[in-house]
Amino acid sequence: MRKLFGGLSIVLLIGATTIAGALYATQPTMPHGAMAQMHVSEQSFSQVERGRYLTTVGDCAACHTDTQGGAPFGGGRAIETPFGLVLAPNITPDRETGIGGWSDAEFANALQHGVSKDGHMLYPAMPYVYYTKAHRSDINAIRAYLSTVTPVHNKVVANQLPFPFNIRLAMRAWNALYFRAGGFQQDTAQNADWNRGAYLVQSLEHCGACHTPKSVLGGDKTSEAFQGYAIQGWFAPNITGDMRRGIGTWSVDDIVVYLQTGHNKQAAASGPMAEEVDQSSSRMPVDDLRAMAVYLKSIPGQDDSVKPLDASDPMMQAGRAIYDDSCAACHKTNGAGIAGLFPTLRAAPAVQSREATSLMRVVLDGAKSAATDKAPTGAAMPSYAWQLDDAQVAAVLTYIRNAWGNQAPAVSASEVASMRANLMTQPN
Amino acid sequence: MRKLPHKDVVIIGLGWTGSIMAHGLADAGLDVIAIERGPWRDTATDYPPSYAPDEYRYRIQHELFLRPAQTTFTFRNTMKQDALPIRSWGAFMPPNGVGGGGVHWNAEMWRFAPTDFVIKTHLTERYGEKFLPEDMTIQDWGVTYDEIEPYYDKFEYLCGTSGTAGNIKGQIMPGGNPFEGPRSRAYPTPAQKQPYNATLFAKAATDLGYKPFPQPSGNMSQAYTNPLGVEMGPCTFCGYCEWFGCGNYSKSSPQTTILPVLVRQQNFTARDNCEVTRILLDASGKRATGVVFVDTSGEEWEQPADMVLLCAYTIFNVQLLMLSGVGKIYDPVADEGTIGRNFTHQTVGTATGFFDPKKFIFNPFIASGAIGMCIDEFNSDNFDHGPLGFVGGGYMGQVQTNGRPIETTPVPPGTPTWGAKWKQAVKENYQSTVYSGSGVHGSFYSYRDVYLDLDPVYKDRLGRPLLRITMDLHDNELKMSAYLTDKYAEIIKAMGAQMVVKKPRTGPYDVAEYQTTHLCGGAIMGTDPKTSAVNRYLQSWDVPNLFVLGASSFPQNHGYNPTGTLAALAYWSLEAIKTQYLKNPGPLVHA
Repeated sequence: MRKLFGGLSIVLLIGATTIAGALYATQPTMPHGAMAQMHVSEQSFSQVERGRYLTTVGDCAACHTDTQGGAPFGGGRAIETPFGLVLAPNITPDRETGIGGWSDAEFANALQHGVSKDGHMLYPAMPYVYYTKAHRSDINAIRAYLSTVTPVHNKVVANQLPFPFNIRLAMRAWNALYFRAGGFQQDTAQNADWNRGAYLVQSLEHCGACHTPKSVLGGDKTSEAFQGYAIQGWFAPNITGDMRRGIGTWSVDDIVVYLQTGHNKQAAASGPMAEEVDQSSSRMPVDDLRAMAVYLKSIPGQDDSVKPLDASDPMMQAGRAIYDDSCAACHKTNGAGIAGLFPTLRAAPAVQSREATSLMRVVLDGAKSAATDKAPTGAAMPSYAWQLDDAQVAAVLTYIRNAWGNQAPAVSASEVASMRANLMTQPN
Repeated sequence: MRKLPHKDVVIIGLGWTGSIMAHGLADAGLDVIAIERGPWRDTATDYPPSYAPDEYRYRIQHELFLRPAQTTFTFRNTMKQDALPIRSWGAFMPPNGVGGGGVHWNAEMWRFAPTDFVIKTHLTERYGEKFLPEDMTIQDWGVTYDEIEPYYDKFEYLCGTSGTAGNIKGQIMPGGNPFEGPRSRAYPTPAQKQPYNATLFAKAATDLGYKPFPQPSGNMSQAYTNPLGVEMGPCTFCGYCEWFGCGNYSKSSPQTTILPVLVRQQNFTARDNCEVTRILLDASGKRATGVVFVDTSGEEWEQPADMVLLCAYTIFNVQLLMLSGVGKIYDPVADEGTIGRNFTHQTVGTATGFFDPKKFIFNPFIASGAIGMCIDEFNSDNFDHGPLGFVGGGYMGQVQTNGRPIETTPVPPGTPTWGAKWKQAVKENYQSTVYSGSGVHGSFYSYRDVYLDLDPVYKDRLGRPLLRITMDLHDNELKMSAYLTDKYAEIIKAMGAQMVVKKPRTGPYDVAEYQTTHLCGGAIMGTDPKTSAVNRYLQSWDVPNLFVLGASSFPQNHGYNPTGTLAALAYWSLEAIKTQYLKNPGPLVHA
């Protein structure tokens, strides 16, 4: 299962529902006349191949293919939201249950404005707030490719949300608050690499869907773009140029290798990022990955006012003892790890993240790192849930977040207890 | 019985040889399925560092091995006895599950000596035919060291083997084993660091005129990325290797070297928890058409395939051949038949050295499964057997693999076996004793009356006859073990031991006491279809689309651990299949 657009509060959503009607008239509509001209007229081989690539960039298959043996793009994968499940629709060319009967304009309207063929509003589990920035030619190419995949007859009832969240009209209000239609704007002060990277990151790659902090209604806090966000029981880390919590200390090559293989000498992708690497970035050419790295590194870091805990702090002392006993065999006493196998903890952005969500999860539940053709090992962290209690997990995480020059807020036993409880019920 | 879709290749057993063959043939574009009796196993989920070092669970309770209730063997020393079922594993540990014995071995990465492959010819030429005992049935292998050297190399580089070369292309190298066959290049990683006991052993051995060298190790001295791109971490010297899975990705196993790549191959499928019960033959009996397996719910399935590769543990290979009617079961009286003959094990001796606790602290818990310093002066035919009246030999070394609390509690003779005095003796001696483990690792040559056949009485849970082991130690092996253990004890004494307790192997063969899991033979390779089950490419003489991999092909067992050789033979066979058999399926050797 996937989970997107976290953070909405139930009370606020009900409030939004009631004002939806008032905003109905202002929600964006498509200029149908102009779009009608752009019907698929050039389904050339090159366009289909380009579309195949862009579908990979957009990672469409990740949500639109049921992981339980579903046909590619046949839909049915449950997308977890705070309010219930949304099932990703069938986007194969089947005319009855897929999108075979859609025009290109209708396809583009869904991807870029969040409006389905029949006029109903999509939930932003579909990342149209990002896809709206994609070039129309790219959207058309994706359509051209999807028209070539095997049609699958699979009726998916997307909306599984309970009342009142099943009222799609609520999305009109949400869109009014958080959705800004419009294409990507080049920054002429930056070079071509930067602009290509910014385009990919902001549009089809939809990195912000996980990595940008969200408001209580689940909309992007654009002023804090890419500074990290807890989602799906993981913390999608800061991917700005921040020197401590972001990827400022990684070279462009380090980032490229990470996106290509799921591993570099500092880190290993696991959880949803491992899936992204497997399905998407490992299949992208170096030039595009390099461009994305250039752009991400250029996003400025943030104020870093956290003071490290003193080594004499009792929690640090307890944490160190646990670390030396249970962790050091692989991650080494100095936190250096083993490149490609056991991630570095020293000076690691993920270890010093604002929230310790991923760290707690990985210690309690274990995690398998990404396995790719270039880095097939896919080493895994074992679960320590049975061995370490909440206070011990908190101590060891507090230690690694403040040892070897690291600086990050302490982790409390109650946070660990809450993660432990969540993992008991977490479907994935 | 339900029939599954046809495959190009079905592999029985997904251990070392199964993984090597599956990867190579899937890589060649064939549609490959592996069927494994035991469960899927992976580092972080099955033997993570958080509980991998659990001696009770793995060593005492045999977590990773086959359960005798699932299947066992009957055993007797001699043909005149009635064999009885083995109800708890003792002399060897039958592997089970993905990775097979490669999960729980020590990772001692030896090559056999060049003379071992032509041992019958060599010994006969040097000592005369009459020098060999009359009932000894040793044979040349049908393949030479030089032929399989590239495949030893391939396996050693797959595993990242840590060692010091002794002979590179004929040039003797300092610090390595001067008796080893020429290798084409150095080991991929330097030898592991040695603990105090091994260092002291090497010094004593040098003083006595021997040439000690570090045991080649599949436990990594440093991080390593193998030619398939799979990464291994450095060994942490925890001393939980044999009987255990490695939690640190440091020990060579199918899981840490091949499986991550194999499972990414789209034309490879694995079925775990499925036990192959027989190989299917067509009406002529000359062609395998697939296999039958049973799943955990007891349902039978047929898996048709063009080729069958038998890649299970030695003794299960032999059993499956017998139960499937491939070849003729060996009859020791008539000296006819091939399946079950030349069954062998190992002849391990030990000597324990007790040192002055005030002067020696060995910290024996700093260990790995393949750590240690060895000498090879008394292996193969590296020494003159003429005056000694026996053939064979073994490497010997200070190769203490662990200081684990339950197993490794050596106490001097005469100590009570329990109670306060025993505890006191354990406490006094734990730090100051060297305990050799498989320190005198002797060969076990083959004999006419040491063999495998089907038990006439006992059956397994599926109603199939159990395999019957008839095995005893012969005078040749007992003399060899006594001689080598004496030589070994001299070195331990020279290390400064106050007391050395020698324990050469003595008869009768004891199926209850652990030696090694190196069962060999029973489906041996050779040049004559009358005395071997498979040809030099491990292809069945009787059923040419069946290949039988593993140590079951060894005509006798030599003085080294077998895994390097059985893996090299797998690569050798794989190459023959890829370059010869697939182009022209049929017998690769016409005898």
